Amino acid sequence: MLKDISKTTSKNIKMSVLISVGEHPLSARPRRAEQDARALELGLKLAPESLKILYAGSTGDSAATEVLKEYMGMGIDQLEVLDVPPKTDVTLPLLEKLQQDCPDVVLTGIRAENGESSGMLPYLLSEQLNMAMVPAITDILCIDKTTGFAEVLQALPRGQRRKVKVNLPFIASVDMAAAAPRQSAYGSAMRGHLKIDPVTRTMHDAEQEQWQISPAQARPKRLKIVKAKTAADRFKAATAKVQGGSGKVIYDNKESAEAILKLLKDEKVL
Amino acid sequence: MSDIFRRDPRAEWIARNRLHPQHVPQEPLVLRGPTGLLRKNPHKIGFIGPNGIKRIDRSGASNANQLGRKAAKQVEVELPLHQVDSPDFNILVAVDAVGGRLSSHDRDTLGLAHTLANKGDEKGAVIAVFFDDITEENLETAGIDSLIHFDDKGYKSYNPEQRCADLCELVTTLRPKHILLPDSINGGADLGRRLAAKMNVRPACNVWKVTGDQLICRGGAGKTDITRPLSKLLLVMEECSEPVSDTRHQNMPLSVDVNAQCQLKIQDLGNISVDPNEINLAEAGFILSGGNGITDWPKFHLAAKTLGATEGASRVAVDDGFMPRERQVGATGTWVTAKVYIAVGISGAIQHMQGIGQCHKVVAINSDDSCDMVKRADLSAIGDSSEILDELLNLMQGDTGLSEQGNTEVKYA
Repeated sequence: MLKDISKTTSKNIKMSVLISVGEHPLSARPRRAEQDARALELGLKLAPESLKILYAGSTGDSAATEVLKEYMGMGIDQLEVLDVPPKTDVTLPLLEKLQQDCPDVVLTGIRAENGESSGMLPYLLSEQLNMAMVPAITDILCIDKTTGFAEVLQALPRGQRRKVKVNLPFIASVDMAAAAPRQSAYGSAMRGHLKIDPVTRTMHDAEQEQWQISPAQARPKRLKIVKAKTAADRFKAATAKVQGGSGKVIYDNKESAEAILKLLKDEKVL
Repeated sequence: MSDIFRRDPRAEWIARNRLHPQHVPQEPLVLRGPTGLLRKNPHKIGFIGPNGIKRIDRSGASNANQLGRKAAKQVEVELPLHQVDSPDFNILVAVDAVGGRLSSHDRDTLGLAHTLANKGDEKGAVIAVFFDDITEENLETAGIDSLIHFDDKGYKSYNPEQRCADLCELVTTLRPKHILLPDSINGGADLGRRLAAKMNVRPACNVWKVTGDQLICRGGAGKTDITRPLSKLLLVMEECSEPVSDTRHQNMPLSVDVNAQCQLKIQDLGNISVDPNEINLAEAGFILSGGNGITDWPKFHLAAKTLGATEGASRVAVDDGFMPRERQVGATGTWVTAKVYIAVGISGAIQHMQGIGQCHKVVAINSDDSCDMVKRADLSAIGDSSEILDELLNLMQGDTGLSEQGNTEVKYA
């Protein structure tokens, strides 16, 4: 599998992966963000030598550095950190950094695991950098720098995949259906090195200060509303049992096989 | 002949006993009386039951054969038509409409648009944007006042950039107060975010409630609720609002000159065939599931391969080592959402039935016609599972053989 990709993929591809600090949904402990880790795994598979890993966020708290080490444990020597203070938009510093680097491919997750998690970052970057944006990819089949095209696989509902040809350079967000990330190794995490860049221009997110953030409420279940006109109708709706056992029962083998085949064709699953 | 009134107890008894073969239903309950007024005889309402007690059935079930035509006529209720002649503002909704049909998510989005349009004193119009063909039958009850339809050949494939450019131009010409899209994996989430980036507005994503001028959206990948002011672009979740149900709408085709030009950097090469067993069981659309009743497992695997179905199993089959643990369907395994679920030799333990609760069509192949799976199933085949699978495989081979023949004939002709 790896050989096939190296055959069809040009050597000198510049690839950047944007990572973030994730949060476990139940314990709320910081961790590698699941989609970002998959993006990094995909990057390591395609261009292990020329890969640049970018993290934009504050390095002040120890939890964030722990998570960055976890990322470096995947076999990364160097991780670039844009030291953006908390409650500040990361789009502008990332934009400037990517304009300097001019990567061919930028990989990231679909949405962050904390904060607003609107999933807008790749779209904003692609609009500003005038790059194509491919959402929810699972794999990159080939990147040809001479013709300037890449072929990627996109995840669709019901486990289906779509093949898409896209112009270089492009940004892609990586879906959960992509290959699972490798385990983080302690030794590699210790050897890795953080290269911290100070950020000159930042944008304070003033709009977010008006927002009230609370733990997620359970959403009310939708009730079956009965719009009956008469008492008899309301009574019927309240007491009626779900009509069960209305299914067809066939005892003949040949007849039943035909009926099953007809049902499969009617439902368009064949 | 004498004038003495003679009762005929037998005739009275027949008249009382609606189950008697000679019983003739009587005249209608409501008659025009001698003064010209409509009179209802209360003594004639109902009937005498077999135990001699008078019964009144208000459900209409027993009167169905007498008043059958009348009941059939009452079913069709004409909903009032909601008209917006000169709207004060517009609300633009770009629906997913997968396969040209409105999903429940689309309907919820349109329902929210309808409530936003009729919130204050000013009346707004809901404009829906459809890409690709429309095959929806109940379009007029969805809550669409005006309709914009892009039906070029290009929209049949995946072209998010073109759709985004079209929407952007529509926004500049129509100047809608709000733009709503379903935040769904069927394209709405992608299109909405593209539009937001292009228009340079901050969208509210994962919105699940709108109250007055505030909205609540999910943040932190679903862990937090953010209460914030109502924004221009909303990407809404499923069940954010009730769908429109008690008005009809006009669906007036709106002709807007849109010829947005944009550089298309993404080219759709079509869907690729996926090995059904690679698909995650929870999202598979077609599952063939095996249980304790299967004697011939190679045939089961062959059937799954021929039909192109994802394989599933009951707990017994997994415990006995015929199938791996990740293939187990049910409360302790995976909760599946398949469109078609075929249960071969599974009698239907309650844990298994819970797991297939969301399946659309269930087919049972079983030797016992009194098991729970047969009660749940839409179609049940009773008999030896391997014989029925054999018949199915034969039919499938016959089908493919025929279609191949058909193809070659076309080629040579």
